[in-house]
Amino acid sequence: MSHVLASAGTTAAATSQSVIFWLLAVVSVGSAVGMVLARRAVHCALFLAAIMLSLAVYYAMQSAPFLAFVQVIVYTGAVLMLFLFVMMLIGVSSRDSLVETIRGQRLAAAIAGIALVVLLILGIGHAALGPATQSVANGGAGNVTGLATLIFTTYVFPFEVTSALLITAALGAMVLAHRERTSPKLTQRELSQQRVASGRPTPLPSPGVFALHNAVDLPALLPDGSPSELSVSSMLARRELGDDGTPALPPAPDEPEFDNPSGRADGSADENAEAADHAEPAGVSTQGGTDS
Amino acid sequence: MSPSAYVVLSVILFAIGGVGVLVRRNAIIVFMCIELMLNACNLAFVAFSRMHGNLDGQVIAFFVMVVAAAEVVVGLAILMTIFRTRRSTSVDDASLLKN
Repeated sequence: MSHVLASAGTTAAATSQSVIFWLLAVVSVGSAVGMVLARRAVHCALFLAAIMLSLAVYYAMQSAPFLAFVQVIVYTGAVLMLFLFVMMLIGVSSRDSLVETIRGQRLAAAIAGIALVVLLILGIGHAALGPATQSVANGGAGNVTGLATLIFTTYVFPFEVTSALLITAALGAMVLAHRERTSPKLTQRELSQQRVASGRPTPLPSPGVFALHNAVDLPALLPDGSPSELSVSSMLARRELGDDGTPALPPAPDEPEFDNPSGRADGSADENAEAADHAEPAGVSTQGGTDS
Repeated sequence: MSPSAYVVLSVILFAIGGVGVLVRRNAIIVFMCIELMLNACNLAFVAFSRMHGNLDGQVIAFFVMVVAAAEVVVGLAILMTIFRTRRSTSVDDASLLKN
C-alpha cells in the first residue's frame, strides 16, 4: 500500500485520486464483507448500495462518466429498488437461519474465496498490466460520443439482440408475476353490501391518543380509558413484538397497559371508538385533513 | 492510480460475492451477491478499457449492466413465484428434485 501511495503521489491530482481510491476501497470491501455477514436482507441491500455508489465514483475517476451515471441510475436507482420492492413483498423481517446445513460449508467457502483471490492476483501479477492510456480514447469527441459511435457501429448487432433480451425479460416477468383470478371480481355494489353486512360500515378508528400523541403506533383511547386495538395497524402491532421482545415505545404514565386486553363488549366499544373518533379536535383532525 | 489496483480490487469484490453465493441461504441475498460479482467484473472491464486506451471495455460493461438488469427482473419474478407457492425464499427449501 505504501509503495503504491508513494508512486502515485507525484502530482496533486494523482494524490487525491489515490486517496479517494483507498478510501473507497476500504468502504467497498468492508461493505461487501458486511453484505455477506449481515443477517437481515435489508442491511444487505444497503451494503450493496454503498458498494454500487463507490463503484460509480471509481468509474468517474477512470474517465468513464457515462458508465458512472448509468451505474447510479440503473443499478442504484432501478435494480436495487427492485430488490427492496421484492423484499417488502416477501417479508422484510425474514431472517437467514444461522444453521449450517452442510457441515464445514462456511469454512470451505471462505477457503475457496481466498484461494480464488490468490489465484487471480497471481495471474494478474504475471500479466504485467500497463499504465493508463485513457487520454487517447477520450480525446476528441468525448466519452459519450465515443461510446455511442462504438455501440451503433461495431456493436450494433449485440445492441439489437439486447433489445430482444429486454422485451423477453419484461414478458417473462409479466408471465411469472401474473396470478390467475380464482374468484370473480367483486363489483362496487357487492363490496358495499358486504361492508354493511359485516356490522362495521364505517372506517376503523384512527390511531393516536386523544390530545397527547398522534403517532400511528399508539392506540386511540376509548372514552372509558382503555386503548382501542382496532386503531393500530396489525402490521405495526406485530412489529412491536419485534427484535428484543420489548415494545417499541413505552406507554405514557397516565395510559393503561397496552398488553392487557380490554374486556369490552364489541358493539358498545365500537360505538365508543366512533364517538372518540368524531370528537377528536385539532391535532388529529389536521392529520385526517392531510389524508383526505 | 494504475489499472492493476482497480483489477485487484475487482478480484477481491468478485471473490467476496462468490463466497456470499456459496454461504447465504436467502435467495434474495444470493441474488445480491451475484450482482456484486457482476459489478466487480464491470470494474475490471473499465480498468482494462482505460489501460488499453479504447472504449470497448466500457461498451462491454454497458452490455453487462443491461443483461444484469434483465436477469434481476426475471430472477426476482421467479423468486416471487416460489415464495407464493412455498412461503419461503430459502434455497434449502426448494429441494423437490433431490430424490
